[in-house]
Amino acid sequence: MSTDNIVLPGSMDPAEPDVRPTPQLGDLNQFLIDTHVWTDEMLQQAGIPIVDTPFVTIGGGIGSFVTTDYLRICGVPASAITVLTNLEVPWSSYEYLTRVSQIPRRERLRSDSASTPDNIWGFPSYAVREAIAAKSVKGFLDPLWSVLTEPFLRDYYTPKAGQAFESMEREYHRIGYPQCVRKGQVRMVRRRYGGGYFTILTPPAGAAPTRRIAYRSQFVHVAVGYPGLKLLPDLQRFREQYRDPGRVVNAYEPHEHVYEQLARRPGTVIIRGGGIVASRVLQRLIDDRDRYRLQTRVLHIFRTYISGAHGPNIFMRRKGGDGWAYQGFNYPKSVWGGQLKAKMRKLEGAERATEYKLMGGTNTPVRRLWQSQLKRGRAEGWYQTLTGEVTEMLPGQGQSVVANVKAAQGFVQATADFVIDCTGLEADIREHRLLADLLDHSGAGRNPVGRLDVERTFELRGTRSGNGRLYASGSATLGGYFPGVDTFLGLQIAALEIVDDLAALGFCQRLGVGRSIKQWWLWARHRPI
Amino acid sequence: MVPTLNGRIQTRIAVLAVVGGLWTLLITPLLPDGAPLSASYRATFQILLLAIGLGVLWELLYHFIQQFRWEKDWPTFLGLVTVVNEGLLIWILIKTTDVGPDVGFGSFLLHFLTVWIVVWLIVNGPMRIPFVRWRFLGGRLI
Repeated sequence: MSTDNIVLPGSMDPAEPDVRPTPQLGDLNQFLIDTHVWTDEMLQQAGIPIVDTPFVTIGGGIGSFVTTDYLRICGVPASAITVLTNLEVPWSSYEYLTRVSQIPRRERLRSDSASTPDNIWGFPSYAVREAIAAKSVKGFLDPLWSVLTEPFLRDYYTPKAGQAFESMEREYHRIGYPQCVRKGQVRMVRRRYGGGYFTILTPPAGAAPTRRIAYRSQFVHVAVGYPGLKLLPDLQRFREQYRDPGRVVNAYEPHEHVYEQLARRPGTVIIRGGGIVASRVLQRLIDDRDRYRLQTRVLHIFRTYISGAHGPNIFMRRKGGDGWAYQGFNYPKSVWGGQLKAKMRKLEGAERATEYKLMGGTNTPVRRLWQSQLKRGRAEGWYQTLTGEVTEMLPGQGQSVVANVKAAQGFVQATADFVIDCTGLEADIREHRLLADLLDHSGAGRNPVGRLDVERTFELRGTRSGNGRLYASGSATLGGYFPGVDTFLGLQIAALEIVDDLAALGFCQRLGVGRSIKQWWLWARHRPI
Repeated sequence: MVPTLNGRIQTRIAVLAVVGGLWTLLITPLLPDGAPLSASYRATFQILLLAIGLGVLWELLYHFIQQFRWEKDWPTFLGLVTVVNEGLLIWILIKTTDVGPDVGFGSFLLHFLTVWIVVWLIVNGPMRIPFVRWRFLGGRLI
């Protein structure tokens, strides 16, 4: 189990031992840990209390939130849903990641106007709501004009982060989400002899008389977010070897000190990565440069430099230039409902993996502000790019860092005051303790791109237990029949598939035309369910 | 929107027939054509039928054009401005051939343009209230 993952809100402590040297009341024992399928008696013998609940969702982030929301809309009472989480609110982890990667509440996300996790219908969209809430004629017309003319006359409309969080908070209270929440860290999910599952929760120290609590349920949903975020290996080596965590940072870690020091004295920053996070970090550096008249210089290292439109044929060409691959959202837009969604749903194995590769790759949206900032930087010489592979990072003179780069023109040495890793390198699913346990003990397997293998219904393949079902959604399931899983709308689509499957099993009502209209009307008037 | 070909055609037929039909019922008495109401209704519904029939053919072309877009989407703006080519074709057809009714330009414009805008507004939002899965199925209703 790796311990070099970046610490996120609610993330698991990998050093936490399963079994303490001095036995504790109601703890796991080696027999339980080693046994794939548990009986009720095994837990009773270990002294672990059993709590019955029909539906458990693990993670408590936006994936759990939208799934709970849709279940409530489909008639499931809050008392029948248990959310097991370490997070304060469902958007805690997401807001942390966006804030440190330079998208505070006032800035815009990379998300479509109709990708609304607080509203299953996507209507009214964020743009319409922003217009309605505006206090001036310009404020009213601007989002509407933007969403009307995107992407031709304007950039793709995207909501402000604050709007997404505030609207989720309204829905959070409307559906009575807080009463579903039980705090703690989920250690494992095991199949139950006779059907259903046991989910083992470690409540916060002192919050319960026993070290563990078992939730016995027919249905389990796993939505734990990123299995882990990592620094690039060469940056990790630099940190460990020279014990210098401040010079080399990951964009998903708090790194305000970088901007603060650059405001005090001129410096050079190396940026690694060519995605949205790199764009946002560059915007922050350039905004600060303009606002405080700084002399910050930026060296942007691209591993793959995109010089123009690219793709296998005229029907599959993505725009690109100046090093970047350009795309409105994380995936081509039609993966969330159109041609690509329909196509991927039919693909298996290697064919699916190839298609993922074709539409994947790091990319960023074309935004007019970013284009003009970088154009100015290139013209004035304070923004430069270098293409190549960083082979080694070394400490330089004073407080500087030296990057040895294997570039097309040969070896290049680049010196900077800071290195910001914007690559968003994700850990293997096995590095998440709960997911590793599912692979080892509960029959879960990997999909063609190596993550959790889910059915079209998001049931975790191989984990069925009698009349029980185990579902998974979010980043850990990337590579399945539906590509956009790690996005707002992706989590919503997954939740709808799960709820439809549960309706077919008789656990909730199907969201047909009548119920949908009635529930929307309740939502529109902010009436509790 | 991110339509599939099947979804485009289904949405075109269903929304124009139902929403366009209801709107045509409401607006026809207000058209400045001076004709008896029964004749006006016959004319406006013939135009609506043409918009559906020819529209299915237009959708084939739009789908082809969409293939050149990396995102395989059909931006909202295109859904609005295609009123120009579609309206123009119907106007030329009814003026130069025996297809369709003989109507004045003012009445045609008021009817066709308002049907288009009402349908476009419904498709870009309220449609999702009764049909929650419609947008995830490329516009398919069945």
